[in-house]
Amino acid sequence: MAARMLASAFVREGKSVASFPMYGFERRGAPVVAFTRVDDKPIREKTQIYTPDCLIVIDPGLLTLPTLFTGLKPGSAFILNSSKEMVAKPNENLKIGAVVNATQIAVDEIGRDIPNTCLIAAVAAATGWLKLQSILDSLPDYLSGDILERNLKSAERGYREVEVTKW
Amino acid sequence: MVIKHKNIFKTESAWSNTDELMLCLDTGGWRTERPVLDKEKCNYCGLCALYCPPQCMKDMGDHFEADLAYCKGCGICATECPRDAIAMVPEGEFADG
Amino acid sequence: MVKAQKGQVRVITGNAVGAYGAMLCRPEVVAAYPITPQSEIAELLSQFKADGVLDAEYVEVEGENSAMNVVLAASVAGARVFTATSSYGLVFMYDALQEASGFRVPVVMVNANRETPGIHAVSSGQQDMISARDTGWIQIIVENDQEILDQIIMAYRLAEDYDIQLPIMVNYDGFYLSYLAEAVEIPKIEDVDAFLAPLKEQPKRQVLVPGVSKGCGTHGMEMGYVEARYKHCQALERVKNKVDEIDKAFGDYFGRSYGGQLEEYRTGDADIIIVASGSAAGTVKTVIDTKREEGVKVGMVKLRLFRPFPAERIVEALKGKKAIGVIDRSLCFGWKYGPICMELRALSPEIGPAPLLSYIDGLANLDITIDHIGRVIDEVGAAAQGKSYQEVTWIPMEE
Repeated sequence: MAARMLASAFVREGKSVASFPMYGFERRGAPVVAFTRVDDKPIREKTQIYTPDCLIVIDPGLLTLPTLFTGLKPGSAFILNSSKEMVAKPNENLKIGAVVNATQIAVDEIGRDIPNTCLIAAVAAATGWLKLQSILDSLPDYLSGDILERNLKSAERGYREVEVTKW
Repeated sequence: MVIKHKNIFKTESAWSNTDELMLCLDTGGWRTERPVLDKEKCNYCGLCALYCPPQCMKDMGDHFEADLAYCKGCGICATECPRDAIAMVPEGEFADG
Repeated sequence: MVKAQKGQVRVITGNAVGAYGAMLCRPEVVAAYPITPQSEIAELLSQFKADGVLDAEYVEVEGENSAMNVVLAASVAGARVFTATSSYGLVFMYDALQEASGFRVPVVMVNANRETPGIHAVSSGQQDMISARDTGWIQIIVENDQEILDQIIMAYRLAEDYDIQLPIMVNYDGFYLSYLAEAVEIPKIEDVDAFLAPLKEQPKRQVLVPGVSKGCGTHGMEMGYVEARYKHCQALERVKNKVDEIDKAFGDYFGRSYGGQLEEYRTGDADIIIVASGSAAGTVKTVIDTKREEGVKVGMVKLRLFRPFPAERIVEALKGKKAIGVIDRSLCFGWKYGPICMELRALSPEIGPAPLLSYIDGLANLDITIDHIGRVIDEVGAAAQGKSYQEVTWIPMEE
C-alpha cells in the first residue's frame, strides 16, 4: 500500500510509475518486498529491482539481513523506520541516510502501528524527489474521513521530523 | 544474484525434509500481540488448545499456555475461551517482545 | 469520426483494473472464487455490487468449478457474464471450461497467470494458460494494466460477435501485473456502451428460454458431434481477423491499439526477432532499444493471441529473418522446447530455415531480467551469423 501511495504522488507530479509487491502467501505480517519505478517516460520493464536508487525499510528487524543493501547504486538513499539514531554509514554506496520513528508517530497520530504514510513523506523529505503536497493530495485516493485526517498528520510529521544525514 | 536450481531435492520427485524447512519457521516472529491467560478464570476446558491453528498450546497440568516460538497471535484462543480468560496484549508491552 | 471522451486516470493494480473492466461492460451475472493472485478482483466486484455500481447477480460459489458452471449456464440463458481465476482455480474448472466452449457461449474470464499444481509455488508463470490450451477457448495475453482493461472491453465485443460465439480468456501475469500499480485511464461507461453497441445490431444467438424445449450441446450421438466440432474450429479461425478488426476499431474510438493478434516492435528491418508474451514483453522492448543503440538489428514479436494461434501474421513477421529466439514462461511437457516455440516449429515450412532457439525462463516468480534478455539477443545474433547454438536453454538452470 505504501508503494502504491508513493506511486500516486509521483503520478500527480506528471511522472510515470510502476509499482508492485512480491510475496507468496497472502497473510498479514508476511515478509513483503515492494518495488517502485519512476520515470519521465512510460515504464516497460516488469522485473524486480536489483539496483535501487532508494531503499526504504519499514521493519527495523530487517537490519540484520545480510543482503539488505545488496545492489544499491552509488549515491543512493536509505530511509529507515526506527526509534534509534542512524550512527554509522551502513553501506559505502549510500549518500543519504534518513531515520524517522514512523511507528511512534503512527501510534500517536493514527492510534496504530501503520507507519506507511509517515514513511513516504519522510522519503520525500530525504530525497527531494517529491513535494509533500503531492503526497497529501494523493492520500484521499486511498483513505477518507477521520482516518484520512490522522494519516495526513502522520505524513506531515514524517516530513518534518525525519533526521537526514548526507555523507 | 545467484540462484541455484540443482540439488535442492535429493530425490527424483520433490520430497523435502519439513523438519528442516517448514516446521522450524519462526512463526512466533510474526506476532504483533500475544495471548495472556488470567489463571483465576481458567477452568482447563482445553478449547483454546483445540482451536489453536498452529496447535501450539502446551498442557501445563491445570491450564494451557501458548508456545511463543510458534504462537502467531491470531487471537482465536481469546475469542473461543468461554470464560474470557485470555486477553490479547500487544507485543511491545513485553520485555522480550 | 466519433471518439471517446478522456477517461479518469487512476493509479490502480492489474486486479482492480480487471474488476473495472468487467464492471464497465455491464455483466449480468458474475461468479468468481478468490485465489491468489486474483482475489482482489472477486473482492472489488462484490464491493461494486454492494455500492450499487455493478448491477449484476453476484453469485457466491464455493469453488471455481461452480463459478464456471454458474456463468456458463447463465450465458446459455443469454446473460452477459464474467469470472476470474488463476492456476488451481483454472484447473478446477477443467470440465466446465470445455462445456463453455462446446456450448459456444461467450463467457469472458480473466486468468491471472500462476504456476499450476504439481510443485507448490504461489508465483507467476504461464503454465496454467498452457494447461488449458486445448479447451477450445480464445486466449489472449496482455502486457500491462491498461491493456488488461482495454482487452476486457474488446473481449466482450469479440466473444459475443455473432460470427464467433466463443468463450475468451484474458491472461495477465500474476504478481507482475495483478499487483502492479500503474496509471490507467478508465474509460467512461457510456463510451464502453457505445463500443459494445454494434453487438446489438447483429442477429441474436440461440439461448435457453423458460418453457421452450431446447438442448444445447446435447445431440452428439445423432452425428452432431462432427458438425459441432467442425463449426467450433471454423469459428476459431475467424477469430484471427476479427481480433485485428476490433483492435483497429478500439484504436479509432479510444485512441489506444495493440496490434491485434500480435504486436511487432521494431521488426521491419530487424535481422533477428525475439518472440515473447505478457509482462516480460515490456522488459524486452527496453533491452531491444539498448541493443539497437549498439547497432544490433533486433526486433520483437509480442504474441497477444495465443488461441487460435495467429499463424498467418506470425509467418509474415518472421519470414526471412535470420534467427528467432522464443522466450517461454512455461513448459511443454513431452517436448524439450517451450510451448510457444513448439507452435512456431509447426510453422517452420512457412517461416523458413532460420534457427529457432527456445528459452525457458521466468518460472515461479523468477524474473526474466534485462541480463537474461541481453543474453538471448546475443545468442540469437550469433546463431544468425551461422555460429553454433543451443536449441533449448533453461536460463535459470545455467546461472
